[in-house]
Amino acid sequence: MAKSPGVYICSGCSIGESIDVPKLAKVAESEFKVPRCQVHPVLCNPEGVELIRKDLADGAIDGVVIAACSPRVKTDAFAFDPTVVLDRVNLREHVAWCQKPNDEDTQMMAEDYLRMGIVKAQKSEPLEPMHDEISRKILVVGGGVTGLTAALEGANAGYEVVLVEKDSRLGGFVSTLKKRFPTAPPYTELTVDGVAAQIESVSYHPKIEVLTSAKILKTSGQPGMFDVTIATGAGEMKTRVGSIVLATGWKPYDATKLGHLGYGLSPDVVTNVEFERMAAGGPIARPSDGKAVESVLFVQCAGSRDKDHLPYCSSVCCMASLKHAAYVHEQNPDAAVYIVYKDIRTPGQYERFYRAAQDHPLNFLTKGEVVGVEKADSGALAVTVKDTLLDERIRIEVGLVVLATGMVPNAADGVAIRAVKDARATLARADATEPQKVDARNKIETLAHHEGTEILQLTYRQGPDLPAFRYGFPDSHFVCFPYETRRTGIYAAGAVRSPMDAARAQEDAAGAMLKAIQSVELEAAGAAVHPRAGDLSFPSFFLQRCTQCKRCTEECPFGTLDEDVKGTPQLNAFRCRRCGVCMGACPERIISFKNYSVEIIASMIKAIEVPEEEDEKPRVLVFMCENDAYPALDVAGLNRVQYDPSVRVIPLRCLGSLNIVWIADALSGGIDGVMLVGCKYGDDYQCHYMQGSELANRRLENVKETLQRLQLESERIQLTQLAINEYDRLPGLINGFVERIRELGPNPYKGF
Amino acid sequence: MTQTQVRDTGGRPVLVIGGGIAGVTTAVEAAEAGCDVILVEKLPYLGGRVARLFRYFPKLCPPGCGLEINFRRIKINPRITVLTQATVDDISGSPGDFQATITVAPRFVTDACTLCDKCAEVCPVERPDDFNLDMDRTRAAYLPHRLAYPPLYVIDRVACPSGCTACRDACAYGAIDLTQQPARRTVKVAAVVAATGWAPYDATKIDNLGFGRYPNVVTNVMLERLAAPDGPTRGRILRPSDGQPPASIAFVQCAGSRDENHLPYCSAVCCAASLKHVTYLRDVYPEARITIFYIDLRTPGRLEDFLQKVTADERLTLIKGKVAGVEEDPATHDLMVTAEDVMGGRKITQTVNLLVLATGIVPQTDGLPAGFALDEYRFVAHSNGGTGMFAAGCVTRPEEVSATVQDATGAALKALQAVVRSAHHG
Repeated sequence: MAKSPGVYICSGCSIGESIDVPKLAKVAESEFKVPRCQVHPVLCNPEGVELIRKDLADGAIDGVVIAACSPRVKTDAFAFDPTVVLDRVNLREHVAWCQKPNDEDTQMMAEDYLRMGIVKAQKSEPLEPMHDEISRKILVVGGGVTGLTAALEGANAGYEVVLVEKDSRLGGFVSTLKKRFPTAPPYTELTVDGVAAQIESVSYHPKIEVLTSAKILKTSGQPGMFDVTIATGAGEMKTRVGSIVLATGWKPYDATKLGHLGYGLSPDVVTNVEFERMAAGGPIARPSDGKAVESVLFVQCAGSRDKDHLPYCSSVCCMASLKHAAYVHEQNPDAAVYIVYKDIRTPGQYERFYRAAQDHPLNFLTKGEVVGVEKADSGALAVTVKDTLLDERIRIEVGLVVLATGMVPNAADGVAIRAVKDARATLARADATEPQKVDARNKIETLAHHEGTEILQLTYRQGPDLPAFRYGFPDSHFVCFPYETRRTGIYAAGAVRSPMDAARAQEDAAGAMLKAIQSVELEAAGAAVHPRAGDLSFPSFFLQRCTQCKRCTEECPFGTLDEDVKGTPQLNAFRCRRCGVCMGACPERIISFKNYSVEIIASMIKAIEVPEEEDEKPRVLVFMCENDAYPALDVAGLNRVQYDPSVRVIPLRCLGSLNIVWIADALSGGIDGVMLVGCKYGDDYQCHYMQGSELANRRLENVKETLQRLQLESERIQLTQLAINEYDRLPGLINGFVERIRELGPNPYKGF
Repeated sequence: MTQTQVRDTGGRPVLVIGGGIAGVTTAVEAAEAGCDVILVEKLPYLGGRVARLFRYFPKLCPPGCGLEINFRRIKINPRITVLTQATVDDISGSPGDFQATITVAPRFVTDACTLCDKCAEVCPVERPDDFNLDMDRTRAAYLPHRLAYPPLYVIDRVACPSGCTACRDACAYGAIDLTQQPARRTVKVAAVVAATGWAPYDATKIDNLGFGRYPNVVTNVMLERLAAPDGPTRGRILRPSDGQPPASIAFVQCAGSRDENHLPYCSAVCCAASLKHVTYLRDVYPEARITIFYIDLRTPGRLEDFLQKVTADERLTLIKGKVAGVEEDPATHDLMVTAEDVMGGRKITQTVNLLVLATGIVPQTDGLPAGFALDEYRFVAHSNGGTGMFAAGCVTRPEEVSATVQDATGAALKALQAVVRSAHHG
């Protein structure tokens, strides 16, 4: 604990013209009797910073409270030894720039913020990085083009790699290709570079251990120390790795479900994958009679962009069919090739390949929908194409129909697998209620097909594999962070993550490998990975008081916590991303970080001076997401927009770390209302801890019931979703909430 | 948060050219893996084109959220040196042992700047606001935008009246130095990553679409600013000719892209961008009639969901067909759009209040130092890793933000390999 923090108040940037700074300093000196309280006209200049450095060097203080500008600015000037407790009180953006100058309310606000900052520093403890024996070896799962690339890229950066492939040989799908898409100008020529060279490099690389015909039996532990048990032809082996790249690729959509497009009708209706194999194996011939192919029709989006099959676009099938058209013409320049499409999707430079295909006089491309495939009397296949707009139907007879089927990820949905397991356990329990049993049976019915798909076999409480994102892809939800993962130290790459072609997958492999390397390096430094990259804090659990309610183990977005048989949480600190969701979930308040805890925030709330009822000065506590809402409020200050002086803002790492005891504390302490400002939730959630604001909202529902029992209006608590660029809206939202609180009247518990 | 040092590679730094999302990502990802990084940006702030987007597709989330996270990663990481208003003039040497010459233009504002705004307050002149694509104006002493990083004002000396020192005289923090000169420095680096991004295709070159002649023909990048709360119309999307809300809007897809006379490639992002723009318009104008003229709608992967969601809009019409010409009604400044309707097999003309050209992506390779191999469209050609000079993002191909970030993360690994090699071989 920083028992004796020094307080340094800046009077620059109109703080001094807006706030009575000497009076403010008295708060630190008289109320808190801090060992040092200094005021400086420009605290961020070298002279101001030197005041602080000197006091630290002298040992006069053991922590620093800087009451000046927002913690988002002047970070270089106020960068001290990371182990020193530091708090930044935002007197400028959150007081001087957004409140009436020299007003009693403004002064009260500044004084409260200073109290809150001092208390926070006093209750915070210096951080010590957590160190452990970290393995820098990286496991790559999958030996296709993505896995091979990841392994080579990692090994070439100096890291040891274990490559696990379930098949007896490396190379995956790409090794079966006749040719690949063009990758260089003029982008009109197919390339023949397979993966043979890569396989050879991987096989002889001194830093890469290759295990083929291998299957992962178990992955236990945590980033930096995953213990992986692998079954190989030679028996079981164990290895310790620091991080994992999941590169298990894709499988073609099951064409037997495409009977309406003629699959199964005739051997001459094949999928694009089958066609590729036919082409790679020698001259393309009609499967039914071995005759040369005179005409082919490609059905695009066979099973893709189709709500009854794959709702998404498989991204590669347009290029694949154009490539296949080239195969046909390479063999038989006079063959007629029809491509029936919804949209031709050849992004970027691939457009050149499309253009070249369009120029071929015997490529007939048409927008339409295939509504029927039949056997014609001639022995050919008759395809009926509907022109979607004019509703005209045309019939085309061809010798071969190729269904451009899409990509399905070779992934396992860890969360679904866990849910089935839980449901089975519920059914086995003697005390399960009937509704519980019904729910369990439903779960088993809808999710049982996930069982047996396990890949990583993680021993995580939340399931054995990465959680699936939409349509089963273990992808990131975030536009700006495609490698953001819900299982720390495990990164998906290639077609398992999202439909993509081989060139893209190879780039993705490099990106995922960098993240895997970064993960082991940050863990070795005892620091968090993205999004709180570099954070040295980590949670600790006072387990003597744990009631095994399992909320923390269930709500952690990253699967950090396991459970013993009784349900007591077991921390795997290297999986932790430091969001504090567990801390917010815990009803016993036993989870704390050294610089962020239920007690620290509770003390800050207690430090707010609540005026007497007759003063008619309400107090409203505002919890804000520190990444989005807090900067938005800073901008309101930057824009000099005034808002109600009744509010006191406390930034949270995530609204998901909100512990409802704070609300109880606030209301029992006479605070009139509590506002929460967090990120948007729902399908397009913006929270980087997945469900932070949604969890907070769920917890509020429980609080509201309690309020009603206490005869307190539930409107005294409100959660608002706000994006960082909605700073123009924020002051109005604050004012509106305070206005409603004024209408409700003072908290009746004030003064108790 | 606390500063952390991961292990030291012992190698030379990585030079990243360009501080947009590609360059910022390359820099933070490489630094968090142990590389020292010099990040060079020619503008006075980081974030590049994404900082000027209102929202990202398909989530419709603000770019500022991810940038804020990345800026925090930069702030706490002592391995990253950010140089704004800087250009790389020359690179010599070999992989692992490059010598780069960097020119840093004067900002005329030092790190002592506190964002107090006094300089802008007293500044007597205005200049076109390039952040808002010149659709707005700022003072010559200005903060590029509200969430700008680094958080420092900048002075546009070109706009200053001669001899004026009002800003310097008003600055209480001595943060203004009008005597600053360009500074040259030479650095030794192990690898170079070009992340100079893209520029929108010059729409005035697409003669038949009327941009530059008719005020109510705007580009998709302009629409981003018109929709943004800190844009020239404070998010209200008003017609440039009369400041009135448009009741009918049309989009011309492939404005310059997929066109042998302009950009022969597909710019990859414009379809999803226009769909996103439909959502912007719908937020402000629930009743507006919107038309998209397209050749193919290209929304690969899960963007299909976004296509379905947006096109469920009953007041949105999709017409497959290329726009042949645009005429203006001089009285109303409305636009008559003529297009062939491929599926209908006829020619149609539609009159709209506002026309948005979905212009494409042109790689920004003009200022790149020699040594990067360019293809015939001036994209940086892919390198196999042996050159020590890599590229990431839209300078390599037209691509969306998440693909750019993916690319940039991969480039960080290529750079790390070069750094590690430079440590081993001195």
